[in-house]
Amino acid sequence: MNSPLPWGEGVPLPALSPAGAGRVRGFAVTNQNRRARLLTPDSRILNPNSVRSLKIIAAVLAKDLRLEWRNRETLASVCVFGILVVFLFNFAFESGREESLRQLPGLLWVAFAFAGVLCFNRSFALERENACLEGMALAPVDPGLVYLGKMLANLIFLSIAESVIVFAVSLWYNFSFVPSLKWFAAITFLCTLGYVAVGTTFGAVAANLHMREVMLPVLQFPVALPIFIAGIEASTGALKGDPPSSYMSWVKLAAGIAVIFIVLSYLLFEYVLEE
Amino acid sequence: MPPDTPPPVRAGLELRNVSKYYGDLAALVGAQLRIGPGESILLYGPNGAGKTTLLRLLATVARPSEGEVLFDGSNVRQHAAAAKAAIGFVSHSTFLYGDLTVRENLEFFGTLFALAEAEKKIAAALEFFTLGKRAHTQVRKLSRGLQQRVSLARALLHEPKFLLLDEPFTGLDAATVATLETLMRQLPAEGRTVVFSTHDFERGAALARRLVALEAGSIRYDGPFEGRSQEPGVRSQ
Amino acid sequence: MNKTLPTIHLLVTLVWMLLAFWMIFLYAPQELTMGEVQRIFYIHAPLGWVAGTAYTIVFICSVIYLWKHSPLADDLAHASGEVGFIFCSSLLFTGPLWAKPVWGIWWTWDPRLTLTFVLWLLFVSYLMLRSYVSSPGRAATLAAVVGIIGFVDVPIDYMAIRWWRTQHPQPVIAGGEGSGLDPRMLLTFMVCVGAFHCLFSYLLAQRLRLGKARREVSALRRTLALRSTEE
Repeated sequence: MNSPLPWGEGVPLPALSPAGAGRVRGFAVTNQNRRARLLTPDSRILNPNSVRSLKIIAAVLAKDLRLEWRNRETLASVCVFGILVVFLFNFAFESGREESLRQLPGLLWVAFAFAGVLCFNRSFALERENACLEGMALAPVDPGLVYLGKMLANLIFLSIAESVIVFAVSLWYNFSFVPSLKWFAAITFLCTLGYVAVGTTFGAVAANLHMREVMLPVLQFPVALPIFIAGIEASTGALKGDPPSSYMSWVKLAAGIAVIFIVLSYLLFEYVLEE
Repeated sequence: MPPDTPPPVRAGLELRNVSKYYGDLAALVGAQLRIGPGESILLYGPNGAGKTTLLRLLATVARPSEGEVLFDGSNVRQHAAAAKAAIGFVSHSTFLYGDLTVRENLEFFGTLFALAEAEKKIAAALEFFTLGKRAHTQVRKLSRGLQQRVSLARALLHEPKFLLLDEPFTGLDAATVATLETLMRQLPAEGRTVVFSTHDFERGAALARRLVALEAGSIRYDGPFEGRSQEPGVRSQ
Repeated sequence: MNKTLPTIHLLVTLVWMLLAFWMIFLYAPQELTMGEVQRIFYIHAPLGWVAGTAYTIVFICSVIYLWKHSPLADDLAHASGEVGFIFCSSLLFTGPLWAKPVWGIWWTWDPRLTLTFVLWLLFVSYLMLRSYVSSPGRAATLAAVVGIIGFVDVPIDYMAIRWWRTQHPQPVIAGGEGSGLDPRMLLTFMVCVGAFHCLFSYLLAQRLRLGKARREVSALRRTLALRSTEE
């Protein structure tokens, strides 16, 4: 018989278990049993289907990039905002060259911090339009993968904005980042990774509130503080030309923070997505 | 008045004593519902009766405050992937990205649902819902009716065993209504279940074989349509 | 309603606090360099311990809530957040009271104070989140996530801030608070820690009852709303 769905293959229905055979052996069905989830075939950690996971992360990432390419709102606003912060700083701290250079890493990271807030807010604003986050929750995918995809998209956007900000700073302060570029870029990237890991999660949390523009910084700055400190301290060392060993502990701290928060957010994201 | 004995079913989707609260508002209270394969169910009731909440709970988009939602006999949370792969949901929101084209949206959902031979299926879906010409139009630029068509395509792409439709007829043009009605008649014959809510009782009665009437968050009637060609006065039982 | 347990709790708290204050003012010897003002330390430091305990309870209850969806865990987390916020605010308040007469400054960004402020911010953000989410069920889940991430962050903050301070040292002004204490001072200190924890537990219990009452009112309102639509 013709399937009403032209693309339907007449897939045989699975054998349905008899009514009343409800309880899954050993675990209370009503409760979210974490251990059970880790050990069931659906578990994400032991899931052998990592290729599929990568595909999903890539799909979410590509979708965000494509959306951004269509209207470029996020990139434009984040870059402009970052530059504005630097611009204001010029009036806030009118100081000699020596002092300005000492403040440079701090200035950069304040600009990055606020640019990030804009970025994370927008990242979830576009999901709210047609309840798209719910649409993704309908799919049989691990919510943590959605998190990773969005996190990578935010990483790309924020990195682009940071490059623009750094360029503006080097121009306005007549300071060349080139001699220390390798280490400076590595430090900034690592700290941005940590910041994005935290910011994406809190962006998703704040998206549920109508006070999201206020709540996002309030929620995330106390948590992201060590990342900012690490970024500022390590950048100071790198830009001064100090040997890497002097600020290596900061780099390690930043890397550790990134790992911890990525793993934590990956595990907790399903609670942020669910209704 | 106790509901009529539900038709004998093997547990497909089930709500077991499910309540859903939003703070002081009880959207659904003590709902018991068993849905098997090949059924066609009309969810009927006045505004605020809890139809949307019930559908969202079945679609696993919402989590019950009390009780359990079961899929194939076990809690939906336990086998979320299997449950979600078998359910298609169409609601007021289209779940589509306005800035992506029709095709891009369908491809994205195809990847999320791990469709095999996605290209072929998407092409067939586009043709079935006569969206071929608009495949490369951004969804934002489409009319509401066309967007609903894309949403339908999205929901059916992964051939769900349970199709849940929340007031699917609102905002649709006559041609799409006809396509949808045909689909809703033929899917149960294939063993797939259709659960839909609508304000239009006559149209619903013509399409469905089982009536679930809701009022103020409780299921007041659950059974066949016999003798109910007219809108039920909800207090009549 | 059983009134005896709360009453006993209250009495124990009162007695313990009275004992603590007696010890603070009459038992503990006067400190050598700082004089009488130093006695604020016996209030200030235990407040810090209690704030830490409060946030730890928030963390544990958040984990339990996400795991088991227990309303009690949610109520306890919220209660601990609120009472902990009060204690943390008192901590930030008593600090300058102590610092100004002794060192002549209201505030300094030394590691301990900075971390205290961060902890205060964590409490604030936790409570703000809870008030701004409209649906209580959603609020509970989101607050639990925030509570967990915040708690994991505290040791990291501590490390980062401490390292930062070693890079930018300030003149050492805060003498080691726990170092080389006269045994009478130590005893006073421990009694105060106990007293404030007891006070915390009493306030927590009261706040918990309030939370439970709120849930009951909510359930009643729901039933009422349903009944009225049936008329």
